[in-house]
Amino acid sequence: MTVKFKEPKMAQTRDGAAVAGARKIEITNVNVHYGELHVLKDINLEIQPGEFFAFLGPSGCGKTTLLRLIAGFNNASSGDVRVGGQDILAMPPWKRDVGMVFQSYALWPHLSVARNVAFGLEERKLPRDEVARRVKAALELVGMGHLADRRPSQLSGGQQQRVAVARTIAIEPKVLLLDEPLSNLDAKMRVQVRRELRDLQQRLNLTTIFVTHDQEEANAICDRIAVFGDGRIQQVGRPMDLYERPASLFVANFLGTANILDGELVTVDGKRLFKVTDTISVPVPDGVTISPGTRLVFRPQHASLEDAGGQGVRLPGRVSNIEFLGASVRYGVMVGTSEVLIDVPFQSGASVRTVGADVNVLLPSDCMLWLAE
Amino acid sequence: MTNLAIGRLRRFSATPGQMAVVLLIAAFLLAFLLVPAATVIYVAFTEKGTSNLTLVNFLDFFRNDLFVRSFWNSVYVSSLSVVWATLFALPLAVITTRFQFRGAMLIQTLGFLPLIMPPFVGAVAMQLLFGRNGSVNLLLDQHLGFKLPFMDGLNGVVFVQSLHYFPFILINVSNSLRQIDSAMEEAAQNLGSSGFRLFRRIIFPLAMPGYLAGASLVFVKVFDDLATPLLLNVKDMLAPQAYLRVTSIGLADPMGYVISTILIAVSIFAMWASVAVMRGREYSTVQRGGGGLARRKMKRGEAILAYGAVTLVLLLVLSPHIGLLLLSFATIWSFSPLPDGYTMANYGRVIGESSIYIKNTLIYASLAGLIDVVLGGAIAYLVLRTKIIGRAWLDWAAMSALAIPGVVLGIGYLRTYYGVTLPDGTPLATLSIMLVLALSVRRLPYALRACYAAMQQISVSLEEAAENLGANKRRTVRRIVLPLMMGGILAGFVTSFSTAAVELSATLMLIQSNSEAPIAYGLYMFMQSPAGRGPGAALGVIAVILVAVCTFASHYVIERSQKAMGARK
Repeated sequence: MTVKFKEPKMAQTRDGAAVAGARKIEITNVNVHYGELHVLKDINLEIQPGEFFAFLGPSGCGKTTLLRLIAGFNNASSGDVRVGGQDILAMPPWKRDVGMVFQSYALWPHLSVARNVAFGLEERKLPRDEVARRVKAALELVGMGHLADRRPSQLSGGQQQRVAVARTIAIEPKVLLLDEPLSNLDAKMRVQVRRELRDLQQRLNLTTIFVTHDQEEANAICDRIAVFGDGRIQQVGRPMDLYERPASLFVANFLGTANILDGELVTVDGKRLFKVTDTISVPVPDGVTISPGTRLVFRPQHASLEDAGGQGVRLPGRVSNIEFLGASVRYGVMVGTSEVLIDVPFQSGASVRTVGADVNVLLPSDCMLWLAE
Repeated sequence: MTNLAIGRLRRFSATPGQMAVVLLIAAFLLAFLLVPAATVIYVAFTEKGTSNLTLVNFLDFFRNDLFVRSFWNSVYVSSLSVVWATLFALPLAVITTRFQFRGAMLIQTLGFLPLIMPPFVGAVAMQLLFGRNGSVNLLLDQHLGFKLPFMDGLNGVVFVQSLHYFPFILINVSNSLRQIDSAMEEAAQNLGSSGFRLFRRIIFPLAMPGYLAGASLVFVKVFDDLATPLLLNVKDMLAPQAYLRVTSIGLADPMGYVISTILIAVSIFAMWASVAVMRGREYSTVQRGGGGLARRKMKRGEAILAYGAVTLVLLLVLSPHIGLLLLSFATIWSFSPLPDGYTMANYGRVIGESSIYIKNTLIYASLAGLIDVVLGGAIAYLVLRTKIIGRAWLDWAAMSALAIPGVVLGIGYLRTYYGVTLPDGTPLATLSIMLVLALSVRRLPYALRACYAAMQQISVSLEEAAENLGANKRRTVRRIVLPLMMGGILAGFVTSFSTAAVELSATLMLIQSNSEAPIAYGLYMFMQSPAGRGPGAALGVIAVILVAVCTFASHYVIERSQKAMGARK
């Protein structure tokens, strides 16, 4: 395969170091209102050149609004957005050169695949042979060269998605915006396509923003993630850091399953204790500040069920529910009035506890998180 | 900070191009719809010869026996036409949507037939078939010794109008019935309801919005129609009275304007009433996956009844067409069930003499259709895709044409533009372009709806994708929006074209000479004398074929283009 597509020489690394060609995106003090509704609140974000960056959050959190603001389909009430150092907010969408792949793909049904891909090049008034060459290259890059004459309606969902990507990268945009590009695919295709998107992004060395509500997708392919909630960026970081060290209850809850125990700070004999119930309390490590609203948070797989022994905090409880998940058994354990989930790796032959059994939840102290809203 | 200012500006204002379009459309609607209509109403409320506001004209109207009788006659004819149209339409709608019925498609198609023939053309043929000395009554008299007064006086108008306009009810009710979720019916059956009770308590109430929409349309159309009563020589109805006052007494006489104002008021009232009745009730039953009503097999007795009813209605529907066809080939047809002899001479005469009518019709109707889709497309775009100030007002103004009868618009044009003259002294109102404008204004609501529907089908992201790839607004409209709307635009054009081609009310008011007249006017002229009926019928057949061919051709084109796009939403 001889694909002549403008590919930068340098390979991109996951640490997002500056690379020639790729652009930086700087978002400063951005606020967006829809009438009375304050949709985006004081957004500040710096996306490094060549980075594969995710906007992650539940629906209605503002992540798509910010993406559309960058593309020019929303207006900011204040703040500015720079791409490669250039202020773009005052430009109309067609002058911005930020390629966007739409959630619905937005392929034009009246044009063939090739004409769809040629559209942006024709709008740039490129010579005809140049257009033909770049259409071919873009389609081959996504493995769709053989379907150039089809209509979009004759393609499967995955094929349509590839054409949408080819149409966008054909214009060699400054940055690539992906609006939930996998949401219209079935589960199996999703895993395959996200891998392809990552490979493509690496080859083209394009600064890319990927909007999704699916934490697994974001974790799997993105260099860094901004977690959105309620119109604000809750936390920015690498996937593993976000999972290990969530900054708030919201992030802990949104990324993976979290057990959350409510309680209050009491001091007994000069020692600080987090009192969950009258009979259950957890020693608070030095250096941790507990304010009203702070909760004790831990992941199901970090705790274990112990009869005795082991290092850490023990919480007495009673098994209330058992789910077999394949690789592990998930126990629901009533601790006081809250149910916590504990994942125990499944080994054949190992004894499984029964509902109603009294157990101790063993909580290693380095896995305890103290988080507020 | 400058960004902020620019961003704000862009949000609250529109491009200069959009502003210009808004102003142009507003000027058009003002000049050719709102000002003429307002003039008519204003004159109705002013003292003759002065500009003092007064109600005395309306008092005069209600003191005049002829006018009061005309008013009640119009109400009577319209109401009864709705009743009869309902009786024709309901059985067809129910049988074709609720039962497994051979030829259901055929009925749905034939149901449209009356719409492509102007009712006043059918009126003449109906006179020959059902009149006092028409075929049916001659046969009845011969064999059974009595006659039925189908076509006498107001009966005739009711008969012709209900046959002509019942498709409005048929189409609307059929659509409503088809959209009812089958679970609605199954739930009722599950709770023990069946048969006619099920229909009366569940099915018909759910189809009510469709029925009311169709029924109010029939009422308004009949109330405003001028040509049918005139041709049947019924003069004591409102629309004919308005026409006769203005043409015989003159433009200065206030009575024509009073009648026009009443016509407008009744139209608005009927439309308002049909909406008001449904207000506050929840009737939307379309649910995901609900596949419409189940079609049931008919029992033997039911089948006989159904086929009988359908045959009878279809015969009636086709009778004007059959009558017209016979008449167009007839040498002499009088006091006999069938013509005395057959000839091609009528067609020869029409094609020789009257090709000017056909040519004029094609020009006027095409221009009117073109104006409509341009305006309709522009308004639809402004309303659905921009936030420009005044867009809702444009939409409202364009739709208000629905309430202005053709005869009123014609009177309004005459009054507004007769005084305005060209440099050579010709009054503006006598130019044939005025007729084109009147026709386009009258059809604009339908074309606008078609353009609306077409644009609503286009996902906004298709346009955003084009902008994202470097096309500005104008280029996006040209390369994406227009091609995708083509089907709807064409549908709008054909609706405007085919109805404008046979419109008579405004034509009668605005056309001054034979050389500028369209087919409808020629038909009217021919049909007024017994000797002209043969050629008139031939011209009528040509008009029906013209409209039918255009309609079917456009359906074909639309279907093909939709297939090419894969009929995607």
